[in-house]
Amino acid sequence: MNRLRLWLLAVGGTGLAALLVAACLDLPRFGGRSHPYGDRAVHASLRRHIANTIASVNFDQRAYDTLGEMSILFAAVLGCVVLLRQTRDEHRAPPEPAEVARPVRRYALLVLPVALVTGLYVIAHGQLSPGGGFQGGVVAATALHLLYLGADYGALERVRPLGVYETTDALAVSSYVVLGLAGLLAGTAFLANTLLPYGTFNTLSSGGTVPLLNAAVGMEVAGAATVLLAHFLDQAVEIEDATEEEPGK
Amino acid sequence: MHHLLPLLVAVPLLGAALPAAAGRRLPRAAVEITGFVVSGGTGALALLLLLNSTPPMTEWVGGWLPVGGQSVGIVVLGDGPALGMATLASLLTLAALAYSWRYFDAPPHGHTGAFTALMLLFQGAMCGFALAGDLFNAFVFFELMSVVAYALTGYRIDEARAVQGALTFGVVNSLGAYAMLMGIALLYARTGELGMSAIGRGLDAHGGPDALVLASFVLVMTGLLVKAATVPFHFWLPDAHAVAPTPVCMLLSGVMVELGVYGAWRVYGTVFAGPGGIPAADLTRALVTLGILTAAVGAVMCWYQRHIKRLLAYSTIAHTGLFLVGLGVLTPEGDDGIALYVVGHAAVKAALFACAGVLLDRFGSVDEHALHGRARSLRATGVMFAIGALGLAGLPPFGTGLGKSVAEEAAGGPLTVGYVLVSAITAGAVLRVTARVFLGLGPRPEDAEYETSGSGEEPETGGLLRRVPDTMTTVPAVLLAAALAVGVAPGFGDLVARSVNEAGSGGAHASAHWTAPGVLLGLAATALAVILAALAVTRPTWLAAPSWAAPLRRLQSGHVGDYVAWLLVGTTLLGALALPGVLGG
Amino acid sequence: MSHAMDVLPYLVAAYVFLTGCYGLATSRHLIHAVGCLAVCQSATYILLLAVGYRAGGTAPVFSDIEPGSRPVVDPVVQALTLTDIVVGATVTALLLALVLQIAKRHGTVDPDELRELRG
Repeated sequence: MNRLRLWLLAVGGTGLAALLVAACLDLPRFGGRSHPYGDRAVHASLRRHIANTIASVNFDQRAYDTLGEMSILFAAVLGCVVLLRQTRDEHRAPPEPAEVARPVRRYALLVLPVALVTGLYVIAHGQLSPGGGFQGGVVAATALHLLYLGADYGALERVRPLGVYETTDALAVSSYVVLGLAGLLAGTAFLANTLLPYGTFNTLSSGGTVPLLNAAVGMEVAGAATVLLAHFLDQAVEIEDATEEEPGK
Repeated sequence: MHHLLPLLVAVPLLGAALPAAAGRRLPRAAVEITGFVVSGGTGALALLLLLNSTPPMTEWVGGWLPVGGQSVGIVVLGDGPALGMATLASLLTLAALAYSWRYFDAPPHGHTGAFTALMLLFQGAMCGFALAGDLFNAFVFFELMSVVAYALTGYRIDEARAVQGALTFGVVNSLGAYAMLMGIALLYARTGELGMSAIGRGLDAHGGPDALVLASFVLVMTGLLVKAATVPFHFWLPDAHAVAPTPVCMLLSGVMVELGVYGAWRVYGTVFAGPGGIPAADLTRALVTLGILTAAVGAVMCWYQRHIKRLLAYSTIAHTGLFLVGLGVLTPEGDDGIALYVVGHAAVKAALFACAGVLLDRFGSVDEHALHGRARSLRATGVMFAIGALGLAGLPPFGTGLGKSVAEEAAGGPLTVGYVLVSAITAGAVLRVTARVFLGLGPRPEDAEYETSGSGEEPETGGLLRRVPDTMTTVPAVLLAAALAVGVAPGFGDLVARSVNEAGSGGAHASAHWTAPGVLLGLAATALAVILAALAVTRPTWLAAPSWAAPLRRLQSGHVGDYVAWLLVGTTLLGALALPGVLGG
Repeated sequence: MSHAMDVLPYLVAAYVFLTGCYGLATSRHLIHAVGCLAVCQSATYILLLAVGYRAGGTAPVFSDIEPGSRPVVDPVVQALTLTDIVVGATVTALLLALVLQIAKRHGTVDPDELRELRG
């Protein structure tokens, strides 16, 4: 290992460690009472009939952050599409059917619908209970991949027309932006949650636009996770190096 | 009017998402036209808002107006510097899209719009970061900007260097971003707020600065200065800019790096400038020291490059150092000068990258030695390359010259010498390339031991170009004209100065216009650049790399572990430079 | 609560961040390096959640507790952490995609052997 790097690491690491430790000693006591922003967020959430304050922060009070977050996910999908595309010296081989142990197959096919419904449930109840679009979307996307475990890659590809998922992903981002623009057109502000009635506290339809934004995010995350996994799986299963450059492989 | 501010983010995002949704069916031309319309439209909106930014606007997204001075929402800023950066980013995106018109040979199969969509996302992210008045929101758009930039840098996956440079870029910048988030968490713990001005008020209410303020300052600044490629956080930049596709380089060097500098200016002025923050003397010490280091390292490394894009990347580092020095002196004149300098530099640097891209696509090389005398036929490109070099030197009446002269006057004393030397060396290096590549002057130079050559690059177009498309010559010409206009247009300097000072600088007002010493210094820098280039071409041995430059080059090892270690050293250095005021307070 | 407990969670965050940095700097495998970056990011989760904790607090979800009946932890940092996690996952995905291409183009994922860009 490089000597210079070790020295740099020792100096820099010591300095940063000293800085962080000194800062920690100046922080307010762990578990302290003073959380002014947090308290305001709870009040704002209850005023808009949203039981899950975190959903209110994510999809109402700081919905603009979530717009950026969604765009990051969308950018990552586009980025992976670009970075993991098939290059000139690679070709595609159809995946071979695989033998799956019977209990694994039975279990996977049994759990698949349950996981899918769970994902949708978590998305739909985002404003009521812990969870929401991000978490539920990942659960739903993972559910599909049980097919890869339970059957084989070919089976997964049949229920996973990538084009549809990519379109879903992009449309979900668009609908989030359009919902934001609706607030602007209604004369309030971008991403203002004033279009719809706030409904009854602790019911599915409460919280104005929060459930809609939640659904958009859920769609986006499910689409994005599926597409991302698909591109990585393609690399592992289908795309082969045509030239066999490396000797000994 | 202020309700329209978030549109600068929303419109490019929508413009990226809709073509992606229809991507499989849309023909390539439709996608590219959408790209122009959206980036141009956003640019026009940014310009319109910029012209209406007196007095500065603020917008609470979601309509969460503050109650009793406190809000649960996110504030977006619409003052001169914020909208100016957003306009600059948008117009440069438009230029880059025009330059890349029908540029890449094969877009990813079934994803015709991927490149355009990524560019639009990049534009939206840069606008979002420029307008952010909330620290966490700034982090989100900082990350969006980074993620898009990594993907765009590694776009040419066939190239071994491209993917390596993109990964280095990704690791170093992400680590910087996480450091920034640690700093944000510390600030939240102290003040319980996320809005920049609210945090500033919270710090002031708490009393004088302590270790926590220092640590959060260092961590937040680390993230921003990594983006701004400040020494010793700069190692990723040459590796990334040398390998990114040319239109992307135009944006990376022209505006993304400068956004890091802008972020540092904004965060210091809004969060840490009060009595509870970092004392002014400490900030000046930190920024001016790092700025001088950055300018010196950038200039020296720039001079010894033969890979033309890498040379331009180092010149960006050198100029970033000058920006930091100008902002670090904390005077209204310094802020005004740097604002003008950034605008002029963006146009000049983007034009230079555009010309380098022409070389790459015509000859499959951006190596100064290999191209010796081969580009004689590219007269227009050669002339523009030379004009770009003069702009880099700050020759009056370029906008860079105006900005530099105002900043020089603000910095004063020995720092002025630094400004002249650094701009002369970087411009001299570009002029040297012009003389060798486009005119074939002097003997063919010898190869050094430890360097990156620019040969063996793949062109970005489908095969080598026989003739240069009109877009690839028009775009740099327009950019150079814009750089001239910044310095020539009567009253533009004062307009910029007024809107910058309205937003920051403690309410003091200064004006920015040409002065006799400024013009003379600009001419001196240009003359020095010409002399350096002439000497380098005719007497290569006189200005060959001396032995003390070799270790400096060895530090740029291409090893991501080294760069991470340097990042840690950088945070320590930053902490040490800002420490005295905290100890004294 | 003892005095050590007052700062321990913060110190854990600092420790995790520094560990990640050490791993990144000394890594000999790029996938390991990307993992170390994720470790650094975990430090930010820990710090954010620690900062938002309130003694005796429960989750800020009012579907089964009466508002005001008991203290809740800070919901803002939880939302920030959620954003942070999504950011981290996407960055990791992109960087892994780049590592994959590096493995193909360079035939190695050892940063000590990637020395094309230098000087």
